[in-house]
Amino acid sequence: MKSKDILHETYTALSANKARSGLTILGIVIGIGSVVAMISIGQGASGSIQASIQSIGSNLVLVMPGAQRGAGAGPVSAGRGSAQTLKQEDADAIQKEITLAQAVAPEISRRYQITSKGKNTNTQVVGTVASYPQVRNVQIDVGSFISEQNVRSLSKVAVLGPTTRDDLFGEGSTPIGQTIRINRVDFKIIGITKAKGGSGFTNQDDVVFVPLSTAQRFLAGDTYVTTISVQAADPNAMTTIQQQINDLLLQRHNISNPQLADFQVLNQQDIVQTASAVTNTMTILLASIAGISLIVGGIGIMNMMLTTVTERTREIGLRKAIGAKRKDISLQFLSEAVMLTFFGGFMGIVLGWVISLLVAQFAGIATQVSLSSVALSFGVSAAIGIIFGYYPARRAASLNPIEALRYE
Amino acid sequence: MAVVDLEEGPGALVVNTMIECKNIAKIYKSGEIETHALKNISFRINDGEFVAIMGPSGSGKSTLMHIIGCLDTPTSGQYLLDEKDVSKLSDDELADIRMQKIGFVFQSFNLLPRTSVVRNVMLPLIYAGRSETEREEEAKNALRASAFPEEFWNHYSNQLSGGMMQRVAIARALVNNPTLVLADEPTGNLDTKTGEMVLDTFQRLHQEHGRTIVLITHEQYVAEHAERIIHIRDGSILEDGKVKHRRLTNHNTHQ
Repeated sequence: MKSKDILHETYTALSANKARSGLTILGIVIGIGSVVAMISIGQGASGSIQASIQSIGSNLVLVMPGAQRGAGAGPVSAGRGSAQTLKQEDADAIQKEITLAQAVAPEISRRYQITSKGKNTNTQVVGTVASYPQVRNVQIDVGSFISEQNVRSLSKVAVLGPTTRDDLFGEGSTPIGQTIRINRVDFKIIGITKAKGGSGFTNQDDVVFVPLSTAQRFLAGDTYVTTISVQAADPNAMTTIQQQINDLLLQRHNISNPQLADFQVLNQQDIVQTASAVTNTMTILLASIAGISLIVGGIGIMNMMLTTVTERTREIGLRKAIGAKRKDISLQFLSEAVMLTFFGGFMGIVLGWVISLLVAQFAGIATQVSLSSVALSFGVSAAIGIIFGYYPARRAASLNPIEALRYE
Repeated sequence: MAVVDLEEGPGALVVNTMIECKNIAKIYKSGEIETHALKNISFRINDGEFVAIMGPSGSGKSTLMHIIGCLDTPTSGQYLLDEKDVSKLSDDELADIRMQKIGFVFQSFNLLPRTSVVRNVMLPLIYAGRSETEREEEAKNALRASAFPEEFWNHYSNQLSGGMMQRVAIARALVNNPTLVLADEPTGNLDTKTGEMVLDTFQRLHQEHGRTIVLITHEQYVAEHAERIIHIRDGSILEDGKVKHRRLTNHNTHQ
């Protein structure tokens, strides 16, 4: 039997009962559609999380204080990053001794109540240096960022994030030259940064930048820093830099046991990898839930094929009587099942694509329908056709022609 | 009278044995109980004969038909079709024999519904793997041979009357140019008049085309359209002989 004839027979058989074929196909459409949509949403979420991690800077190594412990705190740990162990001098030492570091930006950040002309807000105030925009990927929209001169001369100047600007001065205004009051100290606004968008839990646009020295003197009253951001020259140097900073600070802080370090060095690639691992797990979870509906669809196919075989017992008997072999019969029924899943798979991919476009449109997740997920779904749907069609086809092929012809 | 001459012509010339059954027995077992459907049956059918196998229901005639039609194999004994022993073949080998040598006509027509007449007739050739043009040609020849009117060739099989359907089935049985046409109660689902038409078709195929036809029936009247009747009862041959008063249908209208 030629493949063209098999296709013709299959088409005739499936179109003979359009409603049943259609409903069976629908099961596969929903299964494949949800797999494609879920994978694309998962990949989109993973992509946007990685993008927002990249938006805090590229090739970044972060140095943060460790957990607070010692005599005053007793056995209670206040958590990582709470201790005041990093100083301005540590940042200077990193800048001086670690040659692989392209730029170093220490910062001190704390939340303060900020007022201006009757309006007020509570936001993050970051005291930092001129290299911060380069290291942390901040771009200036209007005016300028804090200069080295500002840091040296303890200037009371501030650069606002767009959200803070909107909160204090109204949306889209340019309050350059106006003053804001932080902790009863007046600051002159010299610039507004470009919007970066939120990154999960923190809004990177709701921030006020002031010179590091000013923040230490007038706001914090000490010389500790909360984070030192170090930019590596290239991504391959990051692990080396991380190790070098670790060694340098252990030495500077006189700590012999690395387990007791009073600081921690984070590598941006580690963060990206952790986040990817999380989103990949989520994608697999979503896809497996969708996969269950695909299996249910496959069972629908098997159910329909078994009914069809029973209904067409006499026809099978006739086909065998006029010379069809087992192989011909099983191929015919198998191709019916595969054609059902093939149609279902194709329509499911279209449906999944549409769903992912809708999600991108209305939920704001940049979904990606990758070629591999389309190929995977096609393969899976064909495989489901073969797996769930195999048993009914074998049952049809093994019918005894005499009994099949007598079947009522 | 000319018809009678035609009948004796090939019969006298051809001495080839087409079917030879030697001591065929068929036993069905269900649990402890053995049913002897056929007991030691032997007969020959020559090329070009028109034979009726007749017997009441339960006589074993259907079992015999299944064995002759290579749908089943005997429990013991030998069955030679075209001098080839087919009694020990596998299912797929039997399928090949059926495809090449046997054409079936069933009581309930067994046409594919929602499928055109031509496609129904072509079906055996599809399994034989013939080319499209070839099988269309053969299908049309077979339809002409079974006197099926040309204006219905593209109708669906389920739009036809019973007599017409049976003629499509006859065309389908002829399309692979079989050495043996096996008809199982072909008039069982038809009224007398359309039954007569179908029997007429068989007689004409036998006389004009020299087809070997084996007709299975329980009706004396139908069996008398054949040249020879093998009576079966309780799994044994009761009587085997020429029809004394042969019924000839009025097929002089077909030149």
